[in-house]
Amino acid sequence: MDLLIQDVPTLVFVVVAVPAVLAIYIVGTEYLVRLLPDKQRPRVRPWFWVGPALVFVTAFLVLPALGTVVTSFQDHDGNFIGLLNYQRQLGDFPTGGAWIAIRNNVYWLILYTLFVLFFGLILAVLFDRVRYESIVKSFIFMPMAISSVALAVIWGFMYSYQPADAPQTGTLNFIVVNVFHQAPKTWLSDPTVNNFALIAAAIWGITGFAMVILSAALKGIPGELLEAARVDGAGELTIFRRVIFPLMMPTVVVVGTTLVIFALKAFDVVYVMTAGNFQTDVLANRMYKLLYQSDNPGGASAVAIILLIAVVPVLIFNLRQFRAVEARR
Amino acid sequence: MTAQAVAREEVVRAPAWSPAWISQRLQKVLLHVVVIGLTAAWMVPAIALFTSSFRHFEDINSTGWWTALAPPFKFTVDNYAKVLSSGNLGHSIFNSFMISIPATVIPTTIAAFAAYAFAWMKFPGRNYLFLALVALLAVPLQLTFVPVLKTYVSVGLVPQNWGFVGVWLAHTGYGLPFAVYLLANFFRALPSDLFESAEIDGAGTLTVFFRIVLPLSVPAIASLVIFQFLWVWNDLLVALIYVGGTENVAPVTVTLANLSNSLGQGWHLLTAAAFLSMIIPLVVFISLQRYFVRGILAGSVKG
Repeated sequence: MDLLIQDVPTLVFVVVAVPAVLAIYIVGTEYLVRLLPDKQRPRVRPWFWVGPALVFVTAFLVLPALGTVVTSFQDHDGNFIGLLNYQRQLGDFPTGGAWIAIRNNVYWLILYTLFVLFFGLILAVLFDRVRYESIVKSFIFMPMAISSVALAVIWGFMYSYQPADAPQTGTLNFIVVNVFHQAPKTWLSDPTVNNFALIAAAIWGITGFAMVILSAALKGIPGELLEAARVDGAGELTIFRRVIFPLMMPTVVVVGTTLVIFALKAFDVVYVMTAGNFQTDVLANRMYKLLYQSDNPGGASAVAIILLIAVVPVLIFNLRQFRAVEARR
Repeated sequence: MTAQAVAREEVVRAPAWSPAWISQRLQKVLLHVVVIGLTAAWMVPAIALFTSSFRHFEDINSTGWWTALAPPFKFTVDNYAKVLSSGNLGHSIFNSFMISIPATVIPTTIAAFAAYAFAWMKFPGRNYLFLALVALLAVPLQLTFVPVLKTYVSVGLVPQNWGFVGVWLAHTGYGLPFAVYLLANFFRALPSDLFESAEIDGAGTLTVFFRIVLPLSVPAIASLVIFQFLWVWNDLLVALIYVGGTENVAPVTVTLANLSNSLGQGWHLLTAAAFLSMIIPLVVFISLQRYFVRGILAGSVKG
């Protein structure tokens, strides 16, 4: 308790001073900008507004990423070895090096992204029409509030396996045995199903994220617009296709892009549930193992760069989307 | 709201027991069945965990969780008692707040500034800079720990001197790409008439930002605050690296991880611990939910 009281000044400092400093910054820089001649102002102002963000991401993300590029061309002692690290990761197609991880990331990319977008959109639109919206939303959102370790415990209960003659303790195997009268499956170690089992757990964990953002965008569509369409006699499906979906498209792109990147970076679920064994490895887990278990920073960096390069098509798609929005203004 | 509801009633109402009335009723029923059915199916894994958190260790391992829902009931609060009695949970909840509140406030504020500039100011290289920021979402955080930690040590930004400042700044850097991306998308969707009419009225940039853009973006900001808070609250890795596992500074996630390790085979305690650690994020979500309302924009363009 003494400790708590000691910390109170810190808490006050945090809650009061931090927003105050940030507000003073933006008001102060605006004051400085006002000192400039009229024509100069619009040219200088944006840099004050984006400045703090650029400083932070440069320090915490850009510089480490550049360091990674350099390390990916080096061996353990820092000697330049050209593309050898990449060759080791990409050499033995289709099962050597990083290829199993790349295959699994493709599974993640397709299934995780599409299902989460699908569920998120369906749930946001359906829930918008019922009065108890906030209650059902809280239930769907609940998995988001769980840490990845707890998520692994929960899905451990779903996937747990007992030999066919013992009573099943896992929910899924109970259904498989008692409803479908099949032999129980080892969901996490059977390579034909385990990747999908992990992806399903991750989808359950993240759908609340997509639902909340898409729902926020849905609330941004003026009610009058929907009423007008209804008065004109449009069916609900037509309204969704012709009015709601096009207006939500930019947000669908944002959520989709974020999910694609989450899928490429998938780590937590794999790390805590299978540690990448039984052919469930993914790039981020492989990178982690190379970095902290095999003491191979060059290889880990090469894997990270492969992951970064995989994002480029998504960025091009985004650029087109901006241009389209810009053109409509 | 009420005016809209009245309008909707008028559009929808059909004579009782006419075919149109029956089909509308059926659609309503179907909607409720689908909504409740999906939600119930979604809850199954969580209900399994919740039930298990009140079961004895031996029972969890020998029978399925659903057997506990039928008599004879053998529930216990042992798991919760063990988690709550083992030391420092109260203080680590306090630490989690100390880490999570600034690590949410700082990136949200900075991201709002940057997002506004990216959405509504013109400057050379804007689109490419913005895309570079999105690309940074893909940087695996595990790679940044060693270089950032080296810098922290060399400038003396360690917990002994600066408390949680190092971890706030790190979470800010890691959270910004998503925060700017999300907010810029919502800011960009605001109708441009708003800005034009404000400029005609002679409003300065600050007035437009604080009086128009921020109030209209409340749902987006609320969702960002929820996610950033959740990510920081549930984060284990970043906290372990920049704060460490010492008892007086450890957040909830670190304390729980230590707990399940030190008690050995302590994973069944995680069932109880998981529910305890969920309470705060859920309270945050539920209390911010009232900002997700339709019609904030309605009427803002008129006049």
